[in-house]
Amino acid sequence: MAVICPHDVVNMASTMKSNEDLDESGENHEGKHPEGNLLHFEPEVAVESMLVPTDSFESFEQEAPAGSASLQPDSNLLKCQNTEENTPDKVARDTDTNVASRSISELSLVSEECIEHQHVEEELSNSKEWRSQEKHIFILSSAGKPIYSRHGSEDKLVTLFGVMQALVSFIGDDGDTIRSIHTQGTSFLFLIKGPIILACVYKSRESVAQITVQLNYVYSQIVSVLTLEQLTRIFEQRRNYDLRRLLAGAERLIDHLLIALETQPALLLGAVQCLPLVSTTRDAITNVIVSSCNKIKKLVFAILVGGNQLVTLIRMKNFFLHPADLHLILNLVNSSESFKAAESWTPICLPKFSSDGFLHAHVSYLAEDCQACLLLLTVDPDLFFPLSEAKQKIVEKLRRASLLQSINAALAHTGTPVSQLGVPEARHFLYKCKATAQFWGPVPAPPYQTTEGAKRLLDQYRVLHHRLHAPAQPLKLLYLQDNAETMLGWVTTGFELYVAFEPLVTKANAIGAVNKIVRWIKKDDNGLFITNAPTF
Amino acid sequence: MKTIEGKIVVLGSQGVGKTSMVVRYIGKMFSHHISPTIGASFFTCKINIDDTRVKLQVWDTAGQERFRSMAPMYYRNANAALLVFDITQYHTFTAIKNWVKELQRNVEEPMVLALVGNKTDLVNQRKVTREEAHQYAVNIGGSYFETSALQDEGIEEVFLNSAVGMIKLSEDSQCTSLRVYDSSEAGGTTAILQPPPPLSAAVQLDKGPSPGEQERVLACC
Ligand SMILES: Nc1nc2c(ncn2[C@@H]2O[C@H](COP(=O)(O)OP(=O)(O)OP(=O)(O)O)[C@@H](O)[C@H]2O)c(=O)[nH]1
Ligand SMILES: [Mg+2]
Repeated sequence: MAVICPHDVVNMASTMKSNEDLDESGENHEGKHPEGNLLHFEPEVAVESMLVPTDSFESFEQEAPAGSASLQPDSNLLKCQNTEENTPDKVARDTDTNVASRSISELSLVSEECIEHQHVEEELSNSKEWRSQEKHIFILSSAGKPIYSRHGSEDKLVTLFGVMQALVSFIGDDGDTIRSIHTQGTSFLFLIKGPIILACVYKSRESVAQITVQLNYVYSQIVSVLTLEQLTRIFEQRRNYDLRRLLAGAERLIDHLLIALETQPALLLGAVQCLPLVSTTRDAITNVIVSSCNKIKKLVFAILVGGNQLVTLIRMKNFFLHPADLHLILNLVNSSESFKAAESWTPICLPKFSSDGFLHAHVSYLAEDCQACLLLLTVDPDLFFPLSEAKQKIVEKLRRASLLQSINAALAHTGTPVSQLGVPEARHFLYKCKATAQFWGPVPAPPYQTTEGAKRLLDQYRVLHHRLHAPAQPLKLLYLQDNAETMLGWVTTGFELYVAFEPLVTKANAIGAVNKIVRWIKKDDNGLFITNAPTF
Repeated sequence: MKTIEGKIVVLGSQGVGKTSMVVRYIGKMFSHHISPTIGASFFTCKINIDDTRVKLQVWDTAGQERFRSMAPMYYRNANAALLVFDITQYHTFTAIKNWVKELQRNVEEPMVLALVGNKTDLVNQRKVTREEAHQYAVNIGGSYFETSALQDEGIEEVFLNSAVGMIKLSEDSQCTSLRVYDSSEAGGTTAILQPPPPLSAAVQLDKGPSPGEQERVLACC
């Protein structure tokens, strides 16, 4: 029987079955807990969920390099990256002329030759500030054309893009795929998606799997804007196409998504947070939407969001929304101020739903005095006016039933602090209900209410999450203690729980707190989760 | 009272000020914080000209290249187009020519075309001359306007011109996509068959709400 030891990490996967209440020794006494069996606890979940249930790395997992062939740091390589003047053309030509046995050091020779080329353009990669960024994201075409750089203009990084393209194709020539390069303090991760190469250069503690998920999200964002069909066709027709033309204006979506990835637990967990509402209120809102839309054929999803949280989601029978798609929708809403000014009618591709085509979205905020955003998604391009009328009806009915007020009250609520839960040992936690792909956490209180505090907390959750979901050896329970806090992670078949305690919490208190948290979440009058899966 | 309901599409490159113009006209304001349009935004407004009420459905489209292929959805069945460019960016004027070609190819019904050079407040950075733009407008059978959404110059004329143009179109039996009905009758959707009375020269904007109706002439949707 495993024992949870402070200052130690215990893998209990082999000794402990999931889904069991914890007792103070970390032992499982199945069914003996005074509170009864918390075994199969999860909020009352309908047989079907409106969102596709997720394990955190599910769906992206396949792309996560399991046991990837990492390269050893290579001085030539680094040198190559540091060289100043280099034309991507030259590098590209070099890779094209395909000398059978090229080596990375040859590449660096090429770079040195290129120094002679007098380039007016100044390479940003020499700037100290640019180099000190914690995380870079680059996107380029397989022909080496810059598409996106998170920091600094792509135009000033052509050499770097050229080198990245050369690396990818150099290794690709042998039928291999470059996955990552790890040097002291900095890692380079590559994700090759058809005609597009995504790269992340990072100094953070994130794992390869987590960064891979992030790059996949960025790629999905591009697909969401263009559709996979269009993306593929463009590069089939012109390998050298400058995709920035088509992505003009969409960089802000990528920027915004990257910020969300770094600051919000939602994307880490692959889950969505719901606007807390009494279930009868939420049902009433849902019914208003259903009754106003049920005559409209070809309406696939109706989604009401507010304050980055889901109010309700109604779907066509047999169709489901993947949380990753919902995150793209939230990202679009959060980064598009223009939706506030007028009703909009816009194409959107939801890659998990269907990567080859656009849905048409009627997007509007409910009212001047109710800032929740309603999205009505259809496959029919002629549905704008019926949807516009339906929206008017929805707002009228919601207003008459005082439901706009209820939404406003919930939006104005600042969130429940952990102190209201009667678990003084816990500073913060995240609870994810797997079956519904939803999560909840209290509003951050000291020491996590500051930007740095929140970032550190999320970093801790990331580490916990990574260890629990490590592809090679997933864990069920993990207890980590350091100077700043004690972290506990617990994965069962129904839920995942991540808790931050103060550093000196005793094991007994931690376990007591975990059980209290789970019991509190279980109370169904919280309205924290959407437990049904309404359809039109 | 006769009512004409028509569709007007606003086309032009990214950032030329399409949304600023529409918001200036319908919302009576200018915001420096207007963000790029996603897809297209839909507005409505009403203009009274003599004894005719023109209801405009305004489709303010996004100039971003990625929405280019969606354009037919927005200009289909349009009765008027505002072709907006930025007088300080020559390439936005060039882009209009492609829009015109596309409209000519894809829209069968007659359309009121208005070429609009926006941002006249930046006149010292002007790259497109009034003469060149005017000549082009004549060539395509449209009118040319210069506007500043920032300083609220010339905007009303653009919309008025389109409304008047639509009234003229409605007298043309060729045009089937304009909805014409007599709103004084109960139900308000009876199509009138006889040609409308000739327009007087005095085009007048009704500024107050009409009696019995919460309707402003320039009401936003
Ligand atoms: N100086 C000046 N700036 C203007 C004028 N009209 C618009 N702008 C500015 O031009 C920028 C773009 O304006 P928008 O109205 O968003 O342009 P748009 O054509 O709708 O752009 P998309 O929706 O992306 O196609 C904004 O920064 C406006 O403030 C004008 O008359 N004068
Ligand atoms: Mg606009």
